[in-house]
Amino acid sequence: MEIAVISGKGGTGKSSVTAALASCAGEVVLADCDVDAANQYLLFMPEIEEEQVYVSGYKAVIREDVCDNCGLCMQYCRFQAIHLVNGQVRISETACDGCRLCARVCPAGAVEMHECNRSRMVSGSFRKGRMVYGRLAPGEENTGKLVSMVRNKARELAAKSGIPHILIDGPPGIGCPVISSITGTDLVIIVTEAGISGFHDLKRALEITGAFQVKTWVLINKYDLNPEWTESISEYCQEKEITVAAKLPFDPLFTDAMVHQKSVIEWAPEKLVSRQLSNLWEMITANAEMNENGLSAGIHR
Amino acid sequence: MTESHAFRLAVASGKGGTGKTFVAVSLFYILQEKDLPLCLADCDAEAPNAMLFFKGEREKTMEVTQSIPLIDEEKCTFCGRCHEVCTYQAIFILPAMKVIRVMEEICHDCGACYWACREDAITEKEISLGEVSRYRIAGEAFIVESRTRAGVYSPVSLIKAGIAEAGNKGIIILDAPPGTSCPFIQTVAPADYVILVTEPTPFGLSDLKQSAETLRSLQKPFGVIINRAGIGDQGVQQYLKEQAIPLLLEIPFDPALAVAYARGLNPAASSQALGEALSDLFNKIVAAYGNCSHQR
Repeated sequence: MEIAVISGKGGTGKSSVTAALASCAGEVVLADCDVDAANQYLLFMPEIEEEQVYVSGYKAVIREDVCDNCGLCMQYCRFQAIHLVNGQVRISETACDGCRLCARVCPAGAVEMHECNRSRMVSGSFRKGRMVYGRLAPGEENTGKLVSMVRNKARELAAKSGIPHILIDGPPGIGCPVISSITGTDLVIIVTEAGISGFHDLKRALEITGAFQVKTWVLINKYDLNPEWTESISEYCQEKEITVAAKLPFDPLFTDAMVHQKSVIEWAPEKLVSRQLSNLWEMITANAEMNENGLSAGIHR
Repeated sequence: MTESHAFRLAVASGKGGTGKTFVAVSLFYILQEKDLPLCLADCDAEAPNAMLFFKGEREKTMEVTQSIPLIDEEKCTFCGRCHEVCTYQAIFILPAMKVIRVMEEICHDCGACYWACREDAITEKEISLGEVSRYRIAGEAFIVESRTRAGVYSPVSLIKAGIAEAGNKGIIILDAPPGTSCPFIQTVAPADYVILVTEPTPFGLSDLKQSAETLRSLQKPFGVIINRAGIGDQGVQQYLKEQAIPLLLEIPFDPALAVAYARGLNPAASSQALGEALSDLFNKIVAAYGNCSHQR
């Protein structure tokens, strides 16, 4: 079973919820797909077993000794990445998309393509099973390919070690990396918070899970800070026939746990939020069993 | 800051949800008092939230598009050249079956296929990536919002269009997307100064380090606001000290303010102290960086 936790809006508590769920499972493969800001390793300090290079793309570089500054490449570049600076053709690294068209059209063969190879995929073991995460190098494009690589590795580890559950900590937003994090999963949990921004971004995230027809539950975090917004979000979900699987109160325990490099369940197992998250995990596994037995009459998206 | 040059201040964060938009909308609120053209460009195009905190009249909406290849299957000889030159693998071809398809979602609009085709079989059509809208909030104060269509491969074109629409006058605040990948770089590239907003937790620190290192490599001047000061630990403060990064402001965690903000109230309207602190901070930043131009 693969479960993805996403959020639309950043900072709603997605990673803390994912970490707590990981602590509930007997054994789990944890895939941190928030490759632009991977954080799970900070809590779980995995023992790293493997590190692989991820090539995120290419950048065109001019060989100035070969270039005769004809400017043909400038005419073809659609990313406004090539300019004449003091009579010499220059390529802006930040603007270059790596399409290679300049290298193909250059009559002098003066354009070289350099690999963007500073990103990594890391995997290893941690106290609850196995972990995989991606680390996208600054400035590189987050297309979702690194996310796919992390998910493939997670599946490989799950199969090898006979671990039944894969938990995915997804990225914020609604772009390609989010899509790559949720496609083909058994369940998506969108963590939102009770407020105007959380609600707005939840609707955008639901567009994505709806379009990909993935079963989706919603978790409302910090619900007590704004009961009216919690009410609005709950009503909206009801109309859309989406299960609100949990409503968690605002609780500084999440931050305390993080500071001590623990999930909230490891840090304070007896407290209300921990018990709520344990219940959520039971709901998730019960749902998976229902699906496996073909008895699922639950609410589908 | 001169008549012909805008002062661009980007508000960014590595980690999402640290209070970047909170700071950006507060700044916009207090800067309306200055007698200068003012624009907030919401560049968090996947989750644009700034307009939730203002009322304004939409003056303009423009669609941002990209071109994608349209292949004329009558003219196509299934030679495969377009497929070979497509770095993004957006052209799928089965020559034996005479099948050729363009995967619109992963096409980057580079023009290589168009260039490669010898049969004149490729024309181009426009598809929408999203919208850039301009709202007049009051007088010469505007919000420009970039908003992607769900599932678009990159928000970068929308960010660039939004920054261009924000113009070149007065004060421009850029509300950046989270992270340090391409969309972040595109937002901070034209900025004269960058404020990084973080929270004093291990996650906040980890993401702050990455943002700070990236801004250093871009040679952008920047400083840090710690939001929700009082929660978490002292790791962020220690890091700033060690790295000699200016700590611009600490905003204490205030549940009442958080509740008001979640309801859509502007923090600077709810807390006079916050408004004054940000106003002082802004004046200091402009005094120090207002005359240099870091435009690309």
